[in-house]
Amino acid sequence: MTEIIVVTSGKGGVGKTTTSAAVGTGLALKGHKTVIIDFDVGLRNLDLIMNCERRVVFDFVNVIKGESTLKQALIKDKRVENLYILPASQTRDKDALTVEGVQNILDELKTEFDYIVCDSPAGIEKGAIIAMYFADRAIVVTNPEISSVRDSDRILGILHSKTLRAEQGREPVQENLLLTRYDPERVEKGEMLSVQDVEEILAIPLLGVIPESKAVLRASNQGIPIIHDAESDAGQAYEDAVRRFLGENVEHRFLSAVKKGFFSRMFGGRQ
Amino acid sequence: MFLGNPAHNMHSTDTAVEEDLCFKLKGSRVTMTILELYHYNYNTFTRQLAETVQAAPDFFQETPVLVSLDKCGDNNVDFIELGELCREHGLVPVAIRGGNDTQMISANVAGLPRLPAAANPTALDVPDTSVKTVVQRVEVPVPAVNKIITTPIRSGQQVYAANADLIVLAPVSPGAEILADGNIHVYGPLRGRALAGVGGNTAARIFCQSQEAELLSIAGIYTVSEDLRNQHYQQPAQACLDGNQIVISPLVSGK
Repeated sequence: MTEIIVVTSGKGGVGKTTTSAAVGTGLALKGHKTVIIDFDVGLRNLDLIMNCERRVVFDFVNVIKGESTLKQALIKDKRVENLYILPASQTRDKDALTVEGVQNILDELKTEFDYIVCDSPAGIEKGAIIAMYFADRAIVVTNPEISSVRDSDRILGILHSKTLRAEQGREPVQENLLLTRYDPERVEKGEMLSVQDVEEILAIPLLGVIPESKAVLRASNQGIPIIHDAESDAGQAYEDAVRRFLGENVEHRFLSAVKKGFFSRMFGGRQ
Repeated sequence: MFLGNPAHNMHSTDTAVEEDLCFKLKGSRVTMTILELYHYNYNTFTRQLAETVQAAPDFFQETPVLVSLDKCGDNNVDFIELGELCREHGLVPVAIRGGNDTQMISANVAGLPRLPAAANPTALDVPDTSVKTVVQRVEVPVPAVNKIITTPIRSGQQVYAANADLIVLAPVSPGAEILADGNIHVYGPLRGRALAGVGGNTAARIFCQSQEAELLSIAGIYTVSEDLRNQHYQQPAQACLDGNQIVISPLVSGK
């Protein structure tokens, strides 16, 4: 059975595309045939993070409009077997997305793939609604600050009422919280919401906590999904999250501040 | 936001007030719409309901209906689902009439009591030769049906219990709004807005396990978060009206 996963948040800039790339890559590395779809039509980013921007010929909207076949538009990842990317169009806007068009593409992808990861645009408008409409599971990406939590709460309400599963009265979309850009030091100083604060407000299961890390920006700029960087704490945290997503019981890490030793304090060595 | 009309007042000229009695039970008959169910199927029911309501949208605004099972045979009916569909379209099921024991149990689970079958059951066997219509008017007493919510109410969501109490067995998030013509009970933390007695019932109250509300209102009189922060904040509390003021007090007295 193919599972459709939406990576969503409401708020922009919290790490949806980074997460889509990391989780999609992680699933493929575990041997599951995976495709990541960029739903952010007009502001495409996923191809940059995945370092395939120079190979984009056809895109999602071309396939919806019948201007190309799905096979022509799918880009095979160069690093990982079993991983494909369906890029968004840069020239159109989100009105080009239609429920029927998206459904046809998903139905075709379902015959080949184990996981379909939908990278949602920010906001609660058409693009975000269509990205989540067919989802079986949702990863709600949230930063530990109050406005991001509020927006995630809003998205959870929409997942509950506006998805196909909700409309058909089927079992609801399975929701998971992914807390990103977490800085335990600032939490201890009271400058940032803690994991417990966020969990208490959103009241959904915690998939993982990704620590704030310079490695994430570096990875984005190089076009290498952060999960490939097994040295970095963020890469390891995503690896843990993928294993939890697949049902493994993995203990949460990176929740408390690392006591800095003399040398790291002298040379400022945080990755 | 939808605040009730405080002009409605509950003072009665009854002599009961002078004797200091709280209430008196009286027999009464009210006119009510019957939803005569032939069989139940989610898709066809939804479609027909939408069409019926579309034909006369003004007619169906929080209209109480009695679900008659006299012509439904032994078909299974999901009353929880049926109730939700009806309420979405402005109909409020208040009871079932007739039906077998299985149907009665299913209805009771959905909070619908059962009234006896129609007085002249023999008429049921006669083929219906009149114009086919689902809606007919009869007179029955109306019991109140409370609305129970078991899933979190999120920012941006609004839940309204018409002519009834609202009971929430989950958290109410900041930015969410819950309203009832009757009382409001919240057993998770109440972090959004809660408006009780929106129809003007000044005797309505709000009860919550953890008072973290953005706004509390009873019969149109309200108080906001700024004042609520120092009144039993994050404590079990209740809100009621004292004259023209909302009073917040502990949920359990004498502690």
